[in-house]
Amino acid sequence: MTLETREPNGQRNGQGNGQVITGSVRLVHAAGMHARPAVKLTKLAKKFQAQISIRASAAAEWINAKSVAKVMALRAARDSVIEIKASGEDAEGAVAALVDLVAADFPDSGP
Amino acid sequence: MNDLVGEAMNDMVGIVIVSHSKDIAKGTADMVRQMVGSEVRVAFCGGNPDGGLGTNVPLIIEAINKAWSPKGVAILVDLGGAETNSEMAVEMLQPERRDLVVVCNAPIVEGAVMAATEAAGGSSLEQVRAVAEELSAA
Repeated sequence: MTLETREPNGQRNGQGNGQVITGSVRLVHAAGMHARPAVKLTKLAKKFQAQISIRASAAAEWINAKSVAKVMALRAARDSVIEIKASGEDAEGAVAALVDLVAADFPDSGP
Repeated sequence: MNDLVGEAMNDMVGIVIVSHSKDIAKGTADMVRQMVGSEVRVAFCGGNPDGGLGTNVPLIIEAINKAWSPKGVAILVDLGGAETNSEMAVEMLQPERRDLVVVCNAPIVEGAVMAATEAAGGSSLEQVRAVAEELSAA
């Protein structure tokens, strides 16, 4: 599990709002990213204001983590690494929460 | 009863499932509750009053009122008659409710799960409908 902060276009501008937060996490769910995990991931992503994108391999296109149709269509297999990036005020919390969700194998939601 | 705060933050679009078969309607509602959770109101109806296959306008109206939310209700249907009877049910609602109900052009199971997922995030009726219909648009 990694969490890092990257400035857009590699520039350091020192401003919090323009920052892109990224994280990556290995998908341990036995069946991969099928319907139920996709719904959980989307629902969690929607709790944040930040723009959040995910992809299942470095070659794939980034998709909107708040679109349940797109997340379901991701069809990420078990053991693939999910990359997450977010920008906006609560981006850091969003990436951390989504990494936790995937790392914990999509537990049934708490509170 | 439902006009406490008008559009409170936790209001969510309700979902109605209308199938020719009560088993399909109930099974779809079960999938929504299990996959999305119970925070979104889901009501369903299926079959005719004699227990056979079919859809029935009064039962659809009842389901709409059961799932009612100030943000509106999205209906997911299966075959032909389910759609026409749902449209008829919408026309027979109280005038102020009619504009807050849409029949989605989407597959019943996938549409219901995706609509409910979108509704759980507090989205508007139009957004919920758009997400449900995303699959058919492609």
